[in-house]
Amino acid sequence: MIPAPFEYFAAGSAGHAIELLAEHGDEAKLLAGGHSLLPMMKLRLAMPEVLIDIGSLDELAGVSADCDELVIGATTRHADLAASDLVRAEAPLLAHAAAQVGDPQIRHRGTIGGSLSHADPAADLPMALVALGGSVQLQGPGGARLVDADDFFVGYFETALQPDELLTAVRVPRRPGVAWGYQKFVRRSNDWAIVGVAATGGRIALANMGPKPLRATAAEQALAAGATPRGGRGVCGRGHLARRGHARRPGLPAAPGEGPDPPRA
Amino acid sequence: MTRIELTVNGEKRSGEVEPRLLLVHYLREVLGLRAANVGCDTTSCGACTVLLNGKSVKSCTVLAVQAAGQEVVTAEGLSADGQLHPVQAAFRQNHGLQCGFCTPGMVMATVGLLAENPHPTEQQVREGLEGNLCRCTGYHNIVAAVLAAADAEVSA
Repeated sequence: MIPAPFEYFAAGSAGHAIELLAEHGDEAKLLAGGHSLLPMMKLRLAMPEVLIDIGSLDELAGVSADCDELVIGATTRHADLAASDLVRAEAPLLAHAAAQVGDPQIRHRGTIGGSLSHADPAADLPMALVALGGSVQLQGPGGARLVDADDFFVGYFETALQPDELLTAVRVPRRPGVAWGYQKFVRRSNDWAIVGVAATGGRIALANMGPKPLRATAAEQALAAGATPRGGRGVCGRGHLARRGHARRPGLPAAPGEGPDPPRA
Repeated sequence: MTRIELTVNGEKRSGEVEPRLLLVHYLREVLGLRAANVGCDTTSCGACTVLLNGKSVKSCTVLAVQAAGQEVVTAEGLSADGQLHPVQAAFRQNHGLQCGFCTPGMVMATVGLLAENPHPTEQQVREGLEGNLCRCTGYHNIVAAVLAAADAEVSA
């Protein structure tokens, strides 16, 4: 399958990428690892007229610590995130989530900024960012802004990112030693989650239970009120609360043996 | 058209390409390197796996222009002086193939895996190759071949 024709620009810097975005407007898409965008372009689900390649910009890659947060460059690849000693020590849920994306080849190419911008509600990293209570840095021609994860995801494959903005970095709280949990249910090893749940620091996020990664607020409130996980099922023992108010994504294949009810976290 | 320069199997290559040209098509059709196969064409099967800067990638989901300035290695670039690479030799010795379609991708994924983890357990081999599908379901001997290659590279 061959994508539709497009004009290609290799951005020389983040600033150059933003200039190119301003110049080409709605017709342009940013390309980093390309592991969400290129499959869509091959299927002609996306036909951008211009691609602006930011995949080789070193200034956008890497992990650093800034006071009580980790700052992860947008083009940091999943494999590098999963292997980062800093992330493994201080945001282990995020390192684990990065290691669950696709397969090794996909993790060598895919980037955190790309995955978050693509905003597939079944994906690992959007759910992880919501569970961690992180935020994203967006840069546009008018300056930079910081958007909380809870506000960044708007709907199916839709975010608060404006067409002239570049997601430059991801910020997550540094929480060494804080307990966390991560489960996703898939039918085949590198599928997207039929349902997923990530929990840490009193926050619980769900994948593929709606148009965007959702907070399981009823379960969070139960935990905050002193509810304890029981029956050896951990937080998942409160799954009946997690599903409250959420519906299964339309058109999603049912899990083996699953009835008409939506999946439970 | 966009001009690209890159290194493929140690040789400098350059030329004008259409930006939408996929790396796998550049390798197969422009350079005539046909080891990497187009299998599923949807980033699933891994038959098109090559190394990009030493890391395994699926070349059906990389544009040739994205590889500009970088180093690509295909199965053709593994053997030197007519000698099989230890991973190729282990696949041959352990009969780690049936129809052979997935084999170049399996071999390249294995080379990438062993570069990252020279002493994998069987479980790590199976997880490390989860991005490569064998349509003959001949995984048993493939896993045996990878473990043998790891031993061989250690003793080499």
